[in-house]
Formats: sequence, structure tokens, C-alpha cells
Amino acid sequence: MGNGHTFTFAGERLIARPSGALHWPAARLLVVSDLHLGKSERIARHGGALLPPYEVVDTLTRLEADIHETDPAAVISLGDSFDDMAAADGLAPAFRDWLDRLVAGRDWTWVTGNHDPGPTGLGGHAAEGVACGPMTFRHIATDDGTFEVSGHYHPKASLRIRGRAISRPCFLRDDRRLILPAYGTYTGGLRSRDRALAALMDKGARAILAGLPMVEIPMPR
Amino acid sequence: MILRLAPADVGLSAPAPPRSLEALTLARLADVLRAERTRRRGLPPPGGGARLDPMDAPAPPDLPAPLADFFARRHWVLHPHQREMLARADAPSLLLIAPTGGGKTLAGFLPTLTELAESGHEGLHTLYVSPLKALANDIKRNLRTPIEEANLPIRVEDRTGDTSQTVRKRQRADPPHILLTTPESLALMISYPDAHRTFAGLKRIVVDEIHALAENKRGDQLMLALSRLQTIAPGLRRVGLSATVDDPGVIAHYLARHPDPCPILHADPGPAPDIDILPTTEAPPWAGSGGRYAIPDVLREIARHTTTLVFHNTRAQAEIFFHNLWLANEDDLPIGIHHGALSKEARQRVEAAMVRGELKAIVATGSLDLGIDWGDVDLVIQIGAPKKVKNLVQRIGRANHRYNAPSKARLVPANRFEVVECVAALQAVREGDLDGDLRLDGPRDVLCQHIAIVACAGDFEADTLFAEVRSVGPFAALSRAAFEECLDFVATGGYALRAYDRYQRLKERAPGLWGLRDPRAARQIRMNIGTIIDTDNLKVRMKGRGGMPLGEIEEGFANTLSAGDTFLMGGQVVRFETMREMIVEVSPRPEKEPRIATYIGYKWTTSVQLAERIQRILHEGDYSAFPAHTRDWLDLQRRDSRMPEPGRLLIETFPRDGRHHVCLYGFAGRNAHQTLALLITKGMEEAGLEPLSFVCSDYAALISGLRPVPDVARFMHHEGVRDALESWLRGNAVMKRTFRNAAIVAGLIDRNFPGKRSSGKQATFSSDILYDTLHRYDPEHLMLKITEEEAMRGHIDFGRVELLLETVGDRIDQIDLDRVTPLAAPLFLERGIVPIKGRAESRLIEEEAARLLAEAGLAPD
Repeated sequence: MGNGHTFTFAGERLIARPSGALHWPAARLLVVSDLHLGKSERIARHGGALLPPYEVVDTLTRLEADIHETDPAAVISLGDSFDDMAAADGLAPAFRDWLDRLVAGRDWTWVTGNHDPGPTGLGGHAAEGVACGPMTFRHIATDDGTFEVSGHYHPKASLRIRGRAISRPCFLRDDRRLILPAYGTYTGGLRSRDRALAALMDKGARAILAGLPMVEIPMPR
Repeated sequence: MILRLAPADVGLSAPAPPRSLEALTLARLADVLRAERTRRRGLPPPGGGARLDPMDAPAPPDLPAPLADFFARRHWVLHPHQREMLARADAPSLLLIAPTGGGKTLAGFLPTLTELAESGHEGLHTLYVSPLKALANDIKRNLRTPIEEANLPIRVEDRTGDTSQTVRKRQRADPPHILLTTPESLALMISYPDAHRTFAGLKRIVVDEIHALAENKRGDQLMLALSRLQTIAPGLRRVGLSATVDDPGVIAHYLARHPDPCPILHADPGPAPDIDILPTTEAPPWAGSGGRYAIPDVLREIARHTTTLVFHNTRAQAEIFFHNLWLANEDDLPIGIHHGALSKEARQRVEAAMVRGELKAIVATGSLDLGIDWGDVDLVIQIGAPKKVKNLVQRIGRANHRYNAPSKARLVPANRFEVVECVAALQAVREGDLDGDLRLDGPRDVLCQHIAIVACAGDFEADTLFAEVRSVGPFAALSRAAFEECLDFVATGGYALRAYDRYQRLKERAPGLWGLRDPRAARQIRMNIGTIIDTDNLKVRMKGRGGMPLGEIEEGFANTLSAGDTFLMGGQVVRFETMREMIVEVSPRPEKEPRIATYIGYKWTTSVQLAERIQRILHEGDYSAFPAHTRDWLDLQRRDSRMPEPGRLLIETFPRDGRHHVCLYGFAGRNAHQTLALLITKGMEEAGLEPLSFVCSDYAALISGLRPVPDVARFMHHEGVRDALESWLRGNAVMKRTFRNAAIVAGLIDRNFPGKRSSGKQATFSSDILYDTLHRYDPEHLMLKITEEEAMRGHIDFGRVELLLETVGDRIDQIDLDRVTPLAAPLFLERGIVPIKGRAESRLIEEEAARLLAEAGLAPD
């Protein structure tokens, strides 16, 4: 359980990792979504709170650990990798170098998201979506998606134990769709019971809670 | 000592009978004892040493003719303390200690009325600040009578969160003579660049219920705002009105411009109150919190009195009680409910009906708790133990404002332990032993907010602001370095990594001169003014277009609701339908039994003093003051276990509901117990004993886990309590809660955004993430220091734990039982359970997930 929760989707064996990353060992593919790099900088730029400016270093540290442990040949960052285009451009040189080192030698795709609709000028390539085997990877789930892996919603779910709710980011899955939690350190969540998610997922949908211990529950509605 | 409870109404009374010599002597004795106690605690002596003797006071000036005529027509004479306030109208600071409704509001306003009647003052003359919006309304009504009847040229207005934007704007340009407001609204007013003009002619400020404000950050914020006003209007005189308190000197120090002296006046003590436990036909349960068993008795009392206030300690309890009261209300007595989670409209309806005299009773919580002046209330019923003696006195003060008739209050203990608590509280009231919980050093998160507020009004000199802040009693000892840290935090975020040079909030325009980099930031700062941190609440309204707003529930509670669940709101049972954006939609569902709402009112804690008194009573073994059912119950505790005694520590262990529990009776206050529980659960986790959570009251700590714990004492080594706890504390829920509050007050986290669309919670994230991130990358940051300061001040009573462990030594009695004991039972109702992240929690999460999957018919993958 420590290294993730294994399940079958689109006939493939996938692993949901406690960090919120998705690992497809047979394809040597690692998928992360909604990194929101540069969020604290963007908030400050818009005159908001001056949050601790450490979320880029924290997110990249965790991403590096996931890459180190899974050694993927390909990485998909599933959109909203940057909190906005200016955050991508304004990334400190040290972080840019760090990202370049992670990208080097891997087939790296930056899927565009609603926060970062254009190319980022970093290594790897940008795309609106990726088709890989039976699966399609895109930022936002479509109405008729089949074997579709997406992000965007930052789903979270809670589990009640002894009258107390434990709330965590989660993966949502049914037979057709898989939605990833937000990977970035400064990201909130949308309750799985929200209409947007409840309408998207089929009756028998499940939620896999990120963090430890990783458990799977029926998707709370 | 005798209790200083005096007659009231608006503060005017029929001619007073002469005070008896005996009462005078006793009152004096009480003062001497009180001063002595203050001295022994090493606090500043009352009034900076200046005790007032009426003989020394200058003769009061004559009232202006219109006022004097008005009083004569009504056959009213002034109370001595009211005359004295008039005589001392020129004092820079003055503190009046008078019982609730003891005519102190008029005493505070008399100098204002006199000055305004005599001179044609232009603009704002007197600012009145109270902790409650409702009080401002009330005072406005009460001032109207003398002003209208004496035909005085005085304009009175209030300004609270409920005041419309148009009126607010007009008030800043054209303020009334007397403005009634709250600390938050005042803070907002001083944040405008035109504050100089608004307040330039200000002469007096009256701070009502200052004893209540001084207990929390609202008071600190207010005093910082006063220091600003004092600069704008140097001749400003301050008057504080306080209920009877244990340490008037501390309040005086709090109120006065440091180091000005602040004389203290004491109002006439009234007759001793008539307080007792309400006799009930049924005995209270072992453990219970609602007082439901007493409903027939409460209805009987309501019918027998003109107007009754029924107070509860939490909103949920008030709701449930009100619901059941209605079910049993066969005579259809008109009864209303009033608490802070109800919508403004609902509250105003009840207040209006009350003023018109249409209600026989109101079921209420803390939202009605301070100083509301409703003349016809002749009985106060307190359901559940009054957690602090002072609250009890306040609530009693509400009743029976007729002169020279004792105030009447009846207590309804919700369970048998509370019977003991009530008896102890009664004893304390009779002995005039008022507990207090005053903070002496100003919290720096409030200072951070103040700096931002000052910046909104215009550029400022750091030196001037520092001097101003040091004139505030609670900040008198603030060091320049500590101030600079706050300034840097507001300006740049104060991070070791200087990431925000381009986006600084404040810019240093010239050496020592600071101002907002972007003036538009002022809007954001203003929207987040205030120091009251609510739990995240969601609005509740009826389903459908334009559905009626009902009030609010805690987000945590909303998260546990599924479609079809029912709960109580405003006295009616409603059914959860859906959550649309951040609004909970419900439909009426009168026929169903409700689930219990977990939103709460004020979180009362018992005072340490009361806890110690209870331990004494229990140990001394004279139970004659208790009803028979409670005596039997205490005897049962003796038979099955034993009674806690001073100098020893009783520990009980027992299984219940598939868990193992450890109960420690420290009688050392909630904070000390919390620290003790942290220490023990740390040891338990390391020993593989799988602790799950703990909860603390002022009497005891209850630890729950998955395994029995033999020899609890081995986890209680008092050497190195501090060292051992530090790293453990860091990751604890208690510290994270403290951090969240401080971060919101200091402005690190915004509660409100301009033009924010409420589209779920995607945009915001947990403050726990910020806390963890700071610890990892910037452990010296100011917010972590403030969190620690707050924790040391409030939540982590290291000193007391060390003292307890030292006193007890090895005199620890662990008794292993097979079921819960009488004394332990009430702990299962205690709020504020602290979860422990560890093996036990993981195990439960895994079990629950497996159960849910099985229940849904889904196979584990």
C-alpha cells in the first residue's frame, strides 16, 4: 500500500501514488496534473496575500521523488502546470534549470490547461491532449469521454471515522473516466459531492484517497 | 465579600434609599481584599494606585437646565456613581465598575449629554464602542428618551456591520454627535484617509463591556485603534464601563493611554441575587448536555414569570431545547429563539417582538449575552453549567431591573456532574470570587493587522507608529525589534527568501516613511478587518428561487450531511437537499426527528478557579448542598472507583464502545490537560498502544485508543516535558488551529476577496499546508513565532503541567475498571476532540474504507 493503490482501468494495470501522481508501469508513463507552479507569485502579483514563496520548491521536490522512484520514459503534466502564463515566464532560473534536468531524456508533454493555454518555453512539447494505447489524456473531462484521463477539478473526498471527517485529495474513477487530484502544493480541492463532479461520474464510481494510508471508497455523493 | 449587583433600567431609578452602613463596610472590605489579591499576583495596582474616595472628588457640576428639568419631571435622581462620573468628566481615563444594568451606560453618557447640551459642538463628540451590534441598537433606543424629552440638540447614530454603504459614507463626511459602534467598525473607520477629518473634534470615547473585550483580541484591536484616535484628537478622554471583575486594575491598565493613571470608580452594590438550582421533577441524566429532562419545569417557570431568558451554552443545544420546548408547549406560550447562527432577519424579528413585550420567553446563546437591556425580564434560566462564574453573574444581571429587588436566576444542570459545577459556581458567586482570564501582553497578529489598517489611511512614520503602539497598555512592553518584524511581515511577507520585492505590500518611500505600494490593496485589507475567527460556515437557505435564508452551519458539519439527512435550524427541522456553490439548500421537513446540528455558539470553558473549587468540594465530602440524586451518584463514584483528592492524581481506565479509555483527573484547567494528554499519547504511540484522540475539560483529560494502557504513569516524566513535546507539538492539530487563527488575523490568509465568485473551494487551500511549508522552508518566520507565542500563552500550559507533575510525584492512583465511571461520563460530551495521526487512525481509515466498499457492493480492486 505504501507505494500506491493498484487498479485496472481501460484494461491496463495502473497505480495511483500517495503523492497524487498516476503511474502506468507497462507504458513507463508517469502522469501528474495541476501543478500550479508559481501560484504564490501570481497571487502576490494580483495584490493578494504574500504567501510563503516555497510552493515551487516543494512541488518540484515531490515530483523529483516520484520520477526517481518510478523512472518513467514518458511524463505527462496534465494541464494547469503553471498558475498562469506569466508564472511560467517568470519562473526563477534555478527552478527552470531544475525542470530542464527532470525533462531531459524523457518524452515529456505539457498538456495545455485553462490556466496555461499556451506553450511554456520549457523542454518537452506542448499539446492539447495525448492518446496513448486505449487511453486519452486531456486537462478537462469531456461529456462523452471514453477511457479518458483528466485533471482540472482538484477532486477531494472525505471519509467519516468516529464522527470526524478526514478529507483528502483523491482520484476519481469509473469504467470510462479517471480524474486525477491536483499535484501542486498550493492547491485546494473540490468535494466529490459537488454537482460538477457528481454529474460527470457514473453510479459505481470510486474515490482513491491520496496520502497515507491510501484507500479506495465508493465516491461520496 | 458581597456581590456588587445593583438596580438598573436605563440607569435611572426612583429615589434611592440610603445605603446601609453595613453594606458600605462590606463593599470596602471587598475592595481591600481584591486589591490585596491583585498585589499578590504582581499586577499593577488598581488605577495606578489611585483609589477614589467620593470625599476627594470635586463637587459635580450642576446638570444643564433642560436635563435637570427632565430628571425632576420624572422624579429621578442620579446614583452616586453617576454624579461622580460627571464630577470627573475631565479625567483622561476613568474606569467605572458597575453591575450589569447598574446605570453605568447613563453614567458613561452623562458628561457627553451635559457638554453637548451646554455648547454647540460641531461634528463627532463621543464615540461609544461595545462588543455587540445589538447593544448599539439598544443604547440608541435608550438615549432617545432623555434627548427627546429634554429637547437636546444631539444627533445619535449607530454604525455596525449592518449599516448600509450609503449611510457609512455619509457618516464619515457628516458624523453625528454620538456614534455607537463596534471595535471592527471603528477599525474600518480609521482605515480611511478622511479619518483625520471625521475624528478631529472627538472629545470622549465610551468603551462598554470592556471586561469582555479585554479577554480577547477584539479588545487589543480596539485599544490600538484608540491610540490612533488619541493622535488625531489629543484631548480625547476615555471612559471604560465594566461589569464586576476580579482585577479592575488590569482593566484600567488596559484602557488607559500608557502610562496615564486610570482612576477606578465603583458603583453601589445592589441586593444579593437570588440564584438557585431549579428543582425538577426528574433527576438529571449521568451524561447529557441539553437539559431536556427539565422541560416541564422550565415551562412552568416561564408561565409564572413575566419574561424569561433561557440561556444555553451552545447554539445546537439552544436549537434542540427550543424544538422540544415547543413540542411540550401545550398552552402555546409565545417563545422565541435567538442566536448568532440565525439570519439577521430572524434575529431582528425576535428582538422586535421582545421589545414590544410580545414574548414570554427567549431561548438564547451568547449572541444575547452582553448587556442587552430589556426591562421586563424577571427570570433568567441557565441550562447547562455556567462555565465561568463571570458569565453567570452577567446573565443574572439581565434579570429583574427593578430597584432594590434581587435579581432572580435558576440553574438547570444538564447532567449530574454539572450539579456539582453549579453548586460550586453558586458558592463562588456568593463569595464574590469572580474568575478572570485576562491577557497582559498584546498579540502580534493583531498588531500586524493594525499596521496594515494604518497604511490604508495614508503614509506613516514607523517611529510615530511605534510610539503610538507603545502607548497601548497591552503593547507597552513591545520591543522595537518585535515591532520591526511585524512591519516587515506586512510590507514584504517577512520571508527568508525575498521573493516579493516587486509585489511588496508596503513601500518605504523615504527613510522610515511607509505607505501602500498599490493603493488598491486597501480594499482587500478593509474586507479582512477583524479578529473574530469563525469556523468556515456555509449559508443555509430554503430550496428554490429566492429561497429564504435561514442562517449558517459549520462546513465540517455540512460535509457530513447526505441528501435526506435532517437537522435543526431556527427551531425547525429541515432536510438537506443539495449544496449549490457555497450554499446549503434545504426543504422543510416537520415530521422527522432531526439529526443534531454540530454548529456551536461561543466556546465556554470553565475557569481553572472553578475547577479547583470543584475538586475541593468533591474531596471535602460535605455533599449536603447536593440533591439526593447527585449524592447517590457521588457515592457510586466512591464505591466503584474513588474520589480525586488534592495532591494525588487519579487515573481511571475502562473500555467503552470498542475503545479503551484513560481518564486523568488533574483539575488543572483545559490547557494543562491538553499538554498532559499530548505527552501521554506521544508515549503511547511510541509504545504501540495506538492512541486515537483525546479530549480535555478543565477537570480531566480523556484519552481514547485501540488498546488498554497499563501503567499510564510511565508516560508522565516531568523532566524534559518541554523538550520532549516540542517536535511532537509541531505536527499537532492544536498548533495548526492556532496557526490558522493567527495567520488570518495577521493577514497572511484572506477571508474575503473583492468580487470573489464562490465557485466551490478550488481556489482556497488548507492553512495546514502553509504551516507545514513554513516549517519545512522558513522555520524562523514571524507567523510561526506568533503561533508559538499564542500556544504558550493559551493552549500549552507547560508551567501548570510541570507544577502538577511535581506536586503529585509518585502519588498516582490508577484504577482499571470494566466500565465508565460517574465522573468520567460527562467527558464523552466534551467538545474539541484532538485527533492523533498515527497507526490507530490509519487502521480505522482502512477498516472504514473496506466497510464502505462492501456496503456499496464494490469489490476491492
